[in-house]
Amino acid sequence: MNSFAERFSTTSATAQMRIAQAAAADEEEFDGAMWGSDAGFGSLAKGVPSFSVPAVADPTSFLRLHTDDHADPNCRIKIKHGTTTLAFRFQGGVIVAVDSRATAGSYIASGTVKKVIEINPYLLGTMAGGAADCQYWETYLGMHCRLHELRNRERISVSAASKYLSNLVYGYKGMGLSMGTMICGWDKTGPAVFYVDSDGTRLKGDLFSVGSGSTHAYGVLDQGYRWDLTDEEAQELGRRSIYAAGHRDAYSGNTCNLYHVKEDGWKFIGNYDISQMHYDGPGDVPGAPGGGYGYDIRVEGRNSSNPPAVAAAA
Amino acid sequence: MSIMELNGGSVVAMVGKDCVAIASDLRLGNQALSVATNFQKIFPVTDRIYLGLPGLATDVTTLRERFRFRVNMYTIKEEREIEPETFAHLVSSTLYEHRFGPYYIEPVMAGLSKTPSGGVKPFIAATDLIGCLNFAKDFVVAGTASTKLYGVAEGLWEPDLEPEDLFETISQTLLNAVDRDAFSGWGCIVHVITKDKVITRTLKGRMD
Repeated sequence: MNSFAERFSTTSATAQMRIAQAAAADEEEFDGAMWGSDAGFGSLAKGVPSFSVPAVADPTSFLRLHTDDHADPNCRIKIKHGTTTLAFRFQGGVIVAVDSRATAGSYIASGTVKKVIEINPYLLGTMAGGAADCQYWETYLGMHCRLHELRNRERISVSAASKYLSNLVYGYKGMGLSMGTMICGWDKTGPAVFYVDSDGTRLKGDLFSVGSGSTHAYGVLDQGYRWDLTDEEAQELGRRSIYAAGHRDAYSGNTCNLYHVKEDGWKFIGNYDISQMHYDGPGDVPGAPGGGYGYDIRVEGRNSSNPPAVAAAA
Repeated sequence: MSIMELNGGSVVAMVGKDCVAIASDLRLGNQALSVATNFQKIFPVTDRIYLGLPGLATDVTTLRERFRFRVNMYTIKEEREIEPETFAHLVSSTLYEHRFGPYYIEPVMAGLSKTPSGGVKPFIAATDLIGCLNFAKDFVVAGTASTKLYGVAEGLWEPDLEPEDLFETISQTLLNAVDRDAFSGWGCIVHVITKDKVITRTLKGRMD
């Protein structure tokens, strides 16, 4: 990192922040706080989001040193990790399914996290990585989507919304933002899913899964996925995939939240307990096979170690 | 990556009125990936002593065989069954022999020792991975969920519980503690040791 250039450049993100900070300091008598709380979004009026950065020569490397990173688990600032989220596009719209566990190390900090962020009635975002980062920036994205509607008298496309988010987080690249998200919705072009992460990656696709349990979810998802899935089949596939991840991945579990996006916007389908799905299945819902998903439950009396009653008698 | 958290698993033991209980989860994992749901960590040493071995799975198997060998040798030489107090010291010295290259196991033991009057006295103990003995009068915990187990046990345990009440207490303690630990769970097993029998039950726990 060229800290000298970083310090004196007038065009880099940190430099813009420095300028914005200086400008904000000058306008002290018209400080946003005077008008009451602006919920952290007051920076919008000043154009550039002005977050305070560490007062050191090279904030990027300073944050890299002290913020949670895959390379260094012993760093001071811990961010909650571990998740399974998935979203896929099909004939009937978009299915979004997530788990609800939050872990800090081996400690299960919460089992009732909402990892689907309702940006507006037509847009959903998923949450993986830093919970605060996803929550804040996706809510912020929601504000800009509304402004887009007011300015252009039409809803923002999923593509434009996701690009807005990816450009935004790219501005903070290297400063410790941690998010892996899928922006899902329905626009003029039909159902759409975009993967956006804090590295600045933005991908359009039919099927994504993000988080520590994503490999487990992909296993189920890939073998059951088709474009011409019915609504019920698709919802069941989302539920079953999150169950698989919740069952095998230590950092995922507790419950599954399921959403379905159609032409008239998203709909919350339900919340399903993963242990209950293991033993009894998701309950009386369309598309469910009936009975638990668990291997021992599913093959009860049908495998060699636990043979059918007839074979055992013979 | 901590070697004590590689495979996951937890054990708890509690004292009751003329009885003791020892319980563990059944998970075997490889870091975040759960591999098996039927991994035993508690083994009978005699009819009245049970030993729990939470920690690195390869050392669970090794130490089980090592303790079986040493207890057999003791039984042959002394021509009598080993007492829980004696067994605790055997565990301790076996682990301290490996002071500079330890087994990654924190044993928990529970048993009933004989009193001179012909009755029985509950006994529980735990050691760290190099054999520092902890003789507790209430409960002992070990494994990846140990911090959570301390919290729940501190809240639920009370003195002089009858076998059925002790079973309920230890089961609820373990079940609720492992639900807050990512590396323990996937079913549990409980043994309650009384004067004339051992009650063993497997519990239906959360499978995530």
